[in-house]
Amino acid sequence: MTANTLNDTNEASVHDSTTELGHDEHHDHKMTGLKRWLLTTNHKDIGTLYLWFAFIMFLTGGALAMVIRAELFQPGLQLVEPDFFNQLTTVHGLIMVFGAIMPAFTGFANWMLPMMVGAPDMALPRMNNWSFWILPFAFAILLSSFFMESGAPNFGWTFYAPLSTTYSNGSTAFFVFAVHIMGISSIMGAINVIVTIMNMRAPGMTYMKMPLFVWTFFITAYLLIAVMPVLAGVVTMLLTDTYFGTSFFDAAGGGDPVMFQHIFWFFGHPEVYIMILPAFGIISTIIPAFSRKRLFGYSSMVYATSSIAFLSFIVWAHHMFTTGMPLFGELFFMYCTMLIAVPTGVKVFNWVATMWRGALTFETPMLFSIAFVILFTIGGFSGLMLAMTPVDFQYHDTYFVVAHFHYVLVTGSLFSIYAGAYYWLPKWTGHMYSNTLSKWHFWCSLISVNLLFFPMHFLGLAGMPRRIPDYALQFADFNKWVSIGGFAFGLSQLIFLAVVIKCIRGGEKAPAKPWDGAIGLEWTVASPAPYHTFSTPPPQKDIDNADQHEH
Amino acid sequence: MTDKAQTDTNTAKPHNKTVKKLLFVVLSMFGFGFALVPLYDIFCDITGLNGKTNTSAVNYQANGIDTSRLIKVQFITRNAQGVPWKFEPILNEINVHPGEMKVVSFYAKNNAQHDIIGQAVPSVSPGMAANYFHKIECFCFTQQPLKAAEEVEMGLQFYVDLALPKDINTLTLSYTLYDITAKSS
Repeated sequence: MTANTLNDTNEASVHDSTTELGHDEHHDHKMTGLKRWLLTTNHKDIGTLYLWFAFIMFLTGGALAMVIRAELFQPGLQLVEPDFFNQLTTVHGLIMVFGAIMPAFTGFANWMLPMMVGAPDMALPRMNNWSFWILPFAFAILLSSFFMESGAPNFGWTFYAPLSTTYSNGSTAFFVFAVHIMGISSIMGAINVIVTIMNMRAPGMTYMKMPLFVWTFFITAYLLIAVMPVLAGVVTMLLTDTYFGTSFFDAAGGGDPVMFQHIFWFFGHPEVYIMILPAFGIISTIIPAFSRKRLFGYSSMVYATSSIAFLSFIVWAHHMFTTGMPLFGELFFMYCTMLIAVPTGVKVFNWVATMWRGALTFETPMLFSIAFVILFTIGGFSGLMLAMTPVDFQYHDTYFVVAHFHYVLVTGSLFSIYAGAYYWLPKWTGHMYSNTLSKWHFWCSLISVNLLFFPMHFLGLAGMPRRIPDYALQFADFNKWVSIGGFAFGLSQLIFLAVVIKCIRGGEKAPAKPWDGAIGLEWTVASPAPYHTFSTPPPQKDIDNADQHEH
Repeated sequence: MTDKAQTDTNTAKPHNKTVKKLLFVVLSMFGFGFALVPLYDIFCDITGLNGKTNTSAVNYQANGIDTSRLIKVQFITRNAQGVPWKFEPILNEINVHPGEMKVVSFYAKNNAQHDIIGQAVPSVSPGMAANYFHKIECFCFTQQPLKAAEEVEMGLQFYVDLALPKDINTLTLSYTLYDITAKSS
């Protein structure tokens, strides 16, 4: 990489903000107050709504986790009944998966995709409004069941039959309708993403010139439209089994409860990549920016993402090794699962190679990204351990599994969301965030998250089962540390809230491109991004500058 | 609204085409979810993966008896939650040669004050052995209506296939008893 190209990037033309503002006044349909948010079809407004909604859900799910950790602080039953404990773990999982991580990524997609491909808005703006505004209803339905006689769903976020059918506490109908609405919302969001990327790219932006961020969201959207309907199908079967006398999963009527697990995980495994592929996109944007180099191996990143997406469809039964599969099945799913480590390894090596000999600086987005690479890799390794059939028989349903998926979802997905939020906050708000506070947020989160999740590996290896409100005495010390880590991590997230509010209210004025190594069309518009951007497509020069290939 | 006007005039047509294609994918995947149900049954039938045995009577078709092998067949029973029947095998286990026909019986008594229709659902472990366990006659092929306090002895006639894989020496046949009174009325 030569100094010359660096300069080119730095001098990427900044659109005249006055014309953009004039454009705004001309249209003059930015309504005020509540109506603006209810009726908005603007991708930036909807992105903001998604992000705030995700953060509120994150705090809600986090509050449930705090109660879980308080109960597990010491052995014995102190605070909650076992049945309520099951409701807590179930709703915590559902909210974090469907309410926090997925909407947060959809928020990023809405805010950034049109700007990154040089489009004026998402392709289907009114459907966009609809897909967001049905979400609060889904979670209102889900959470309201806490206040009902039956209680909230208590069968685990994986809602295995017959726990959710024969042995349901009566919350199944509310749960199913909530999941249906979440599914419809995700499908509409995904259709919007695909149509935007396929039809609205600025002239001159070929598929292989798209930022990797766009690629990962593109592939994720395909995964969503492929598996969310399967989820809708399986919860429908659950509903009719529970209330209308069908026997999809009921052995008495010729059904099979193990089949539930097959159909659920046929959705469930691609679902976990739906929650991590966008993270790969965000990290692949940020690491090059603060390494002041182009992304190492852009094309291999695209192919790696596609292979991960493809492989995700043929590995589902690794969640079910202990259901009594024949040896051939176990070997097939074990080898396919281990194969995923290859494209994932390609990505990790590419990120490291991008940093290699780069002019690194450690702004908060970069800190979160580096933490992501290291900690997500730890989660990946524990995943490899779980993929091995013989040892999985020991690890299955223990805290080792809990440690694994929290490393990939919290220090993976969530950290990438924080990295992305810090990276684009200046673009969103027009102000720089507080550097000191954001560093506090990072270091507190980093230390507490490891205190929270790392000892869980040992607990799991020692045999502590997941989803239990009480445990044997020998697990007491580790659980105490885990709980302290949990409370600290929970509190640390309030720092982020403070940073964001402060940043919206004011702060150092952000230039159009606050990061000197950043590339991408979003930095060619003013900060904060005008209400309407790229009403006319960006010039070819800007598109070429945004190309992530190494030159 | 201006957004709408913009969308409708400039770009609605190509979008509609893409949206239709994507909706087609969504609907087919929804259908595929349901298609997995019969596909799963067919797949398990062919491979005998999930321990399901034949659900209707088969004829005895073995060519002789392999006296060199002795297979231990164990019987276990289990009531689904809240079924007030006493339900147990008369013999807990039996040794058979592959190809040899055997008859065993199970005892059931309705301990409730009311009539109950029961249905026993069999399953063989290890699952791979299910295709080699042939039932010539079984009480599980039909429903079992028992009046209050009525008791019955129910027969099972079976043989183990000569082709049973060499590494399988013990079979466990498990019956789970369900109350299907509500469903069959």
